[in-house]
Amino acid sequence: MSTLLTCDSLSMRFGGLVALNQLSLAVSAGEILGLIGPNGSGKTTFFNVITGIYQASEGRVDYLGHDLARMRAQDIYRAGVTRTFQRSRLCLPLSIFDNLMIGNHRRLNHSLWFNLVRRSAFRAQFEEQYAQALALVRTFSQSLAERLFEAAGSVNMIDRRRIEICRALISQPTLLLLDEPSAGMTHEETRELMDDILIVREHMPGLAIIIIEHEMNVIERITERCIVLNYGQKICEGPYAQVAADRQVQEAYLGTE
Amino acid sequence: MAGVTVFAVLFLHAESQEEVMGLTLGAAAALLLLARFGWNALAAVSFAGHSRTGQAAVLIGVLIIAAVFYDQHFPLLMLASVLLYIVVCLGLNLQFGYAGVLNFAGAAFFGVGCYTAAVLTSHTSLPHLAVVLIGGLMAAGIGSLLILPVLRTHGHYAALVTIAFSILFRVFLEVNDTLGGPQGMKVQGMEILGWKLNDSLAFGEIEISFYANYVVLALVMAAVAFMLVRRLERSWIGLNLDAVRLDETACAAFGIDVARWKITAFTLGNFLTGLAGSVYAMMTGFVAPNSFTFGDSLILVSIVILGGLGNPWGLSVAAAIVLMLPEKLQFIQEYRLLLYAALVILILLFRPGGLMPRQVRSYLPGWKP
Repeated sequence: MSTLLTCDSLSMRFGGLVALNQLSLAVSAGEILGLIGPNGSGKTTFFNVITGIYQASEGRVDYLGHDLARMRAQDIYRAGVTRTFQRSRLCLPLSIFDNLMIGNHRRLNHSLWFNLVRRSAFRAQFEEQYAQALALVRTFSQSLAERLFEAAGSVNMIDRRRIEICRALISQPTLLLLDEPSAGMTHEETRELMDDILIVREHMPGLAIIIIEHEMNVIERITERCIVLNYGQKICEGPYAQVAADRQVQEAYLGTE
Repeated sequence: MAGVTVFAVLFLHAESQEEVMGLTLGAAAALLLLARFGWNALAAVSFAGHSRTGQAAVLIGVLIIAAVFYDQHFPLLMLASVLLYIVVCLGLNLQFGYAGVLNFAGAAFFGVGCYTAAVLTSHTSLPHLAVVLIGGLMAAGIGSLLILPVLRTHGHYAALVTIAFSILFRVFLEVNDTLGGPQGMKVQGMEILGWKLNDSLAFGEIEISFYANYVVLALVMAAVAFMLVRRLERSWIGLNLDAVRLDETACAAFGIDVARWKITAFTLGNFLTGLAGSVYAMMTGFVAPNSFTFGDSLILVSIVILGGLGNPWGLSVAAAIVLMLPEKLQFIQEYRLLLYAALVILILLFRPGGLMPRQVRSYLPGWKP
């Protein structure tokens, strides 16, 4: 598989605190990469740097010829990188459909003329997008698909997470960053959610996923490769079984018996 | 709808304080009863379903009210003012209700429109429709000077920038002698393609107040502005504005250009405000700095909050209430700012969505999944 993303000695410093320390890694197209490590080891910071929310202090992030470390968040999204947030960031007063369309921004027409005057063209685009949103949400939950025009704040936490994942998927990205998708869910719900993500992925060949997760059975089940961070540094890399057996990883994160 | 029209006629007709008080309390009681039985929710739903007929009914209602008072200056002036204020509040609603840009300088931008009309009608012979347009553009242009500090600040601080501008504007007018200083300026009546809006119309015996002309003009403006804002809300742009208000980080992560949409909303809103201002100046024939105080800006903001942030219908109702009540109930006049403040606090405490809370967006009228 071809390489999609390459980080080259990426560093992020907040004053004296080094959140990412000379991190280098590569992700191939279509791969699912797990990112694990103790709290504060720099996992979410890594996502924030890649998506342009933080500006990296040093290093390059090469993605299909772009240097993400020097790009604005909105341009990174347009290049096909989307994410979910560790703490849900939905617009709760807006409808579920509205939230999905926020994620679909790059595929909608935003000109004043189109939106205000050409209402029949707008209608056509709206109906097309509605059909796509409906199909995507159905993969995750039928009952949710029936409630697309209700406020996102009116559904429970699990459905909110589903909406957030749909919001990140609907624009058909090439790289999806999932920040602890299972937080606050039971094992059963987590398993369902992961199955749904895998189903959607079958329709999107080439979609690479980086997932931050503390549920080790999720990591074990869906990832092909893992990277373990500690104090902003990569301490281990490889398939889960190999990583889990590593002494350093056990000491830093998994715990020894 | 018919009931509302009759009520408005009675209200404008009422002379004595007791009558006005009685009518006001009666309306409040009726609304409370409606709310108690959940009928207003029903009304809102049926309104959404038949939005075309609903809109037509409102237009006809306004025209009926105008027809009833065809020969009286004051009620027609009130009516036209309410309609122009609706245009202004629609503009503020774009900024505040959708994009979340607090603008405490609404009256100042209104004043920019007024003074543009005053200067252009007395010193040039531009056609008056062009003057109105330039009034809007001036307000939008001066607003774009403010946009840089507004974009660089957030929330309360952006509001402070507009408050500063509002005060600055008034002081500037008062010390500027070419603009008449504290005395203000005279403004010529409007003339569109030979039609002088300040001449009374006479059909045989019946003489119609010239304010009827302005009612028609203001009604057209309000209807167009209303349609514009509704369409904007029911589009991807309306969605972008909402997203900008609710979560700027999520916006950035999904490619929504926060600055672009704040500028769009701010500029469009100020444009509408300036348009309304220049027509208002030509209607009243006179402008003075005293009409554009910070207090007036606060009243505009309170109309938008009172009506229900983001709901054009709500702010239209609120504009009518806030403008007409103190005119009719003279004893309120002195305390009106106090009263509005109390009202806004009560609304924010007990009904944060306003009198008519905004519904979830539907992109196409009458569309069902």
